[in-house]
Amino acid sequence: MGQTLFDKIWDAHVVSSNEGFPDILYIDTHFIHEVTSPQAFDGLRARGLPVFRPKQTVATADHNVPTWNQHLPIKEELSRYQVDMLTKNCAEFGIELYGLGHPFQGIVHVIGPELGITRPGGTYVCGDSHTSTHGAFGAIAFGIGTSQVEQVMATQCLLQQRPKRMKIEVNGQLQKGVGAKDIILYIISKTSAAGGTGYAVEYSGDTIRSLSMEGRMTICNMSIEMGARCGLIAPDETTINYVKGREFAPKGEEWDKAVAYWQTLYSDEDADFDAVLYFNAEDIEPMITYGTNPGMGIGVTQHVPETLSFEEKEQGSYKKALAYMGLHDDEQLLGKPIDYVFIGSCTNSRIEDLRQVAEFVKGKHKADNVTVWVVPGSKQVQEQAIREGLDKIFDAAGFPLREPGCSACLGMNEDKIPAGKYCVSTSNRNFEGRQGPNSRTFLASPLTAAASAITGKVTDIREFLKEAELVS
Amino acid sequence: MSTKIFKHIQTSVVPLPIENIDTDQIIPARFLKATTREGFGNNLFRDWRFDENDNPKQDFVLNNPNYSGKILVAGKNFGCGSSREHAAWAIADYGFDAVVSSFFADIFKGNALNNGLLPVQVSDEFLKKIFDAVFEDEHAVVEIDLVDQFIKIVATGETESFEVNPYKKACMTNGYDDIDYILSKKELIAEFETSK
Repeated sequence: MGQTLFDKIWDAHVVSSNEGFPDILYIDTHFIHEVTSPQAFDGLRARGLPVFRPKQTVATADHNVPTWNQHLPIKEELSRYQVDMLTKNCAEFGIELYGLGHPFQGIVHVIGPELGITRPGGTYVCGDSHTSTHGAFGAIAFGIGTSQVEQVMATQCLLQQRPKRMKIEVNGQLQKGVGAKDIILYIISKTSAAGGTGYAVEYSGDTIRSLSMEGRMTICNMSIEMGARCGLIAPDETTINYVKGREFAPKGEEWDKAVAYWQTLYSDEDADFDAVLYFNAEDIEPMITYGTNPGMGIGVTQHVPETLSFEEKEQGSYKKALAYMGLHDDEQLLGKPIDYVFIGSCTNSRIEDLRQVAEFVKGKHKADNVTVWVVPGSKQVQEQAIREGLDKIFDAAGFPLREPGCSACLGMNEDKIPAGKYCVSTSNRNFEGRQGPNSRTFLASPLTAAASAITGKVTDIREFLKEAELVS
Repeated sequence: MSTKIFKHIQTSVVPLPIENIDTDQIIPARFLKATTREGFGNNLFRDWRFDENDNPKQDFVLNNPNYSGKILVAGKNFGCGSSREHAAWAIADYGFDAVVSSFFADIFKGNALNNGLLPVQVSDEFLKKIFDAVFEDEHAVVEIDLVDQFIKIVATGETESFEVNPYKKACMTNGYDDIDYILSKKELIAEFETSK
């Protein structure tokens, strides 16, 4: 019987496997940030332990940081304290910190890949559920709690039960205006927010293969939104070309050795999966969510479902979600006025996302009723955008390019969506209050978000693309 | 280091029959700025429990004096979303020892187990029976026995067994800690590193 990609990587990292115990899994790189690490450092101090492998630990400040005037001290006292604490802890325990002002600073799931730290075949963890992003390289990567952050700091290992394996295959040609974000929102709308729980999900099929690394990261990023332990995509030429030459990527002979190994990383033809799902790319419209979990998504031209279409025991939760969102049964979102557009987060803040948005908004201007925030995923993305002149295009369109951080994805800094306001957001979660108390989130792709900013209402990007074709 | 020991409880319960309760509801992100593990219970379910002026919302179950107890009973897919362990800390700090649901998100389940908070997964039918019992009598008592792995609605005698990883069960019933266990295998980690 052949092996899955997931099992090949897992087996290569098992330090010890004992009947009745979870495996002890070796972690290649541990990413940490200011929010979920302080209690873990305190735990080490209480035990009198050092960080076991500080050189395999990478720190950045992202969740709490302002995205405007980052050179000034952080205004909010608790945020400043937490970021200062990270600086102190990293110095004390000998960990490299890409903090505010550092050219490598940024959202932890953006900087790992762009620095060449995330590579095929590796194991990566972080006290953040969107660590699944790194799986796009053909790696095992998942989010952990703070007790586990302490565990990895103390031992460079994690006690883990091997999850079940699921394959999700997407084949066919995507419609114009439909991208990676729409694919994953579509998949989650079919599996529900719990459909992947207990599984490591491998994405495959020719549609997935045709995606850039940025697109693959968007897909794997949202694996957790269907409850999956992690998501991964077998490495190929696209992956290898992306990693090559990056800051911490292997060089020379090491590189050749690494590539030879990476080429063995795929699921064997006869590998056995515990579950397999197939989707057709042609069926996928530009997607938008209407509810309060990422599984509550529809094609942008579709109507919000009727309460009675759900089982009786689910109807209470459904009504609660619609009431929170200020929507009603069978409502169409298309044309609904919006207040904010957020382009950013570890899902969609990479240079390719910004290029795509800039290309679309060039020569257009946002609607008066909308405030737009474009938040790059890292200092490097920001610098690159400026080098390419994207900032000028954004400025002219009324889309100011801010500074890197998690920002309005979870509103831990000042970037909060006010109560009752609607935000079309390229982030990953539409939970109640996620973007600020009583804020209302419509999750969508960068193109759908940009088009909605221009018209001031929920928009089908395909209408714009049709017009563009008529003009040309 | 030893952790909190859990073997058996018998108590009234707090019902929260909502599905897909995510960790942002359990503890909103703006309360994650603390750098210690204590005090998160005050902000448990903050935005469901209090209005924007910090006044208790009377229709939320934690503000209803008729309901109390050491067990939180909630709809399926409890604890989905963010990996924040603060969610488990908040529930335990508020005074709960166990959460019962018909489905738990993975990371939350692991975080709860690492903090002496027992996640008990029951069938949809049994969950409904608990809700029925507590809506019939708000003082309805539920018994959870980790040693023999069963949950019982005391008034009706209805019982269901539940699964728990044998290693985590040993940890919870003895107060063992994951880090001590891995450190006991430290020579294997060194061996693994040299063999790479």
